[in-house]
Amino acid sequence: MAYVVPRPNLTWKEKIYLPSILVGLMTTLKHVRRMLAGERKVVMQYPEEKWDSHMPEHYRGAPTLVMDDKGRERCVACQLCEFICPPRAIAITPEEIPTDSKWAKVEKRPKEFDIDMIRCIYCGMCEEVCPEQAIFLRKDYAIVGVTRAEMVHHKRKLYELGGVFDGLVHKWNPLK
Amino acid sequence: MSFLSSTDFWFLVGTSLAKTIFLIFLVVLPMVSYTVYAERRVSAMIQDRLGPNRVGFPISLLGFKHDFSPFLGGLGQPVADAVKFLLKEDFVPAHVNKPYFWLAPCLAMIPSIVVLSAIPFGSSLFGVDMVVAGINVGVLFIFAVASVGVYGIVLAGWSSNSKYPFLGGIRSSSQMISYELGLGLSALPVLLIASSINLQEITRYQVTHGWLLLPFTDGHLTLSEILLWIPALIAFTTFTISMFAETNRLPFDLPESETELVAGYHTEYSSMKFALFFLGEYTAMIAGSSLIVVLFLGGWHFPGIPDGSHGWFWGLVSITVFFGKVAALLFLFIWVRWTLPRFRYDQLMKLGWIYIFEIALANIFLTAGILAFVK
Repeated sequence: MAYVVPRPNLTWKEKIYLPSILVGLMTTLKHVRRMLAGERKVVMQYPEEKWDSHMPEHYRGAPTLVMDDKGRERCVACQLCEFICPPRAIAITPEEIPTDSKWAKVEKRPKEFDIDMIRCIYCGMCEEVCPEQAIFLRKDYAIVGVTRAEMVHHKRKLYELGGVFDGLVHKWNPLK
Repeated sequence: MSFLSSTDFWFLVGTSLAKTIFLIFLVVLPMVSYTVYAERRVSAMIQDRLGPNRVGFPISLLGFKHDFSPFLGGLGQPVADAVKFLLKEDFVPAHVNKPYFWLAPCLAMIPSIVVLSAIPFGSSLFGVDMVVAGINVGVLFIFAVASVGVYGIVLAGWSSNSKYPFLGGIRSSSQMISYELGLGLSALPVLLIASSINLQEITRYQVTHGWLLLPFTDGHLTLSEILLWIPALIAFTTFTISMFAETNRLPFDLPESETELVAGYHTEYSSMKFALFFLGEYTAMIAGSSLIVVLFLGGWHFPGIPDGSHGWFWGLVSITVFFGKVAALLFLFIWVRWTLPRFRYDQLMKLGWIYIFEIALANIFLTAGILAFVK
């Protein structure tokens, strides 16, 4: 059954429309006055004010590589992150660790580790899949560059951003 | 040159040139760019934002220590906008009708500038009347030239040869023709009251008898002034509403209506040609506001301030007063734009033809009756 919406009976004041225009104008003027008086502060002035201090612990920024507290790179070049990466942003070239090295027991390390930050979608799957806890999403979000090549983070840059991360112990720790 | 001696002729040419250059390049064009800036700042404040508050004047390029960014910030924005428009690619689509496509932006800009020539924007400076062309048919001239402005929009819509500009052009032509009537008829009571169509005469009438909208500005209120206040108020309301429609401002921006027609008649335009439409719209706003100021708000007159015959300083003050009033009206234009939603097309036509037209027509007879009673 059709439901008839009753038409509202407009008063004379509503019909001539001008009073409601004045009410609307007063509403917008109120907002202007509040802005001018500085009572309303809703905009963050970005480069000067940043929200870095308000960022939650679980914020997913740029993926980075970390060293452990002994200065060994945690990554063992298993390439799981390269396989899981949905936009295929990660490219790893593995290499064998020479036998005379201090960390020869670990056997493998990345020779090159590139993350294309144009492709990266900050999903955090690499962090999740890493068996060695070597890749972490840190809080860097302003990733800029003027060329495509600049936007690829090489191994050195990734360690620079990641720094040292001492945490859980794992089976390759020689000091264990 | 039979009616003017040679010196008079060169004096006339020289002062007219000086007034034109002063008016266009020193007052109106800067005012246009800063109206755009004001539009952005005011709209931002209405929406609880800040708007463009960054761009200063990069005088550090000229060897100064710091860039100059005066009190509000963002005052360099209009300059940056203009440079951006000039540097953009001027793209002409292959399917357009080229001669008209090029003609349309000029036709959108020129009439609104020409209109300004008949506006008395100050009392007098060094004994020269501050109006570029003090013609006796002032109001008629303005309406005649202003209605040429519709050709710019119609030609843009038609020559673009694509559907959205075409729809915009059609809407604009019908809208402007409808509201032209209301506009002309709303101005008639003023001409009756001042019994002249020379804009300088109308201003002079308001100096001696008080502004039409605020008749107490001459210091006292007589019965005839109170009686004439009623038609003046009605005429002011209908005239202002028609002026909003004539300049295609919200709530009457049907020719542009971004949500329906992409950008309306200037969809196919880019770079400086688009900028000309933009400037044309804002110049038309300034011209319209100037006309409202001259007809209803006493022109350059302000109670207690003497006119330009008392010295060049007061001449400059009268010019400042005039453009101050214009700026206040421009604020009204911006304020209304960011408050009201757009009319539906049938509502627009109904408002124009049934309400504004009838009220303006009745108002003429009311004014004539009151004038016959008081004079």
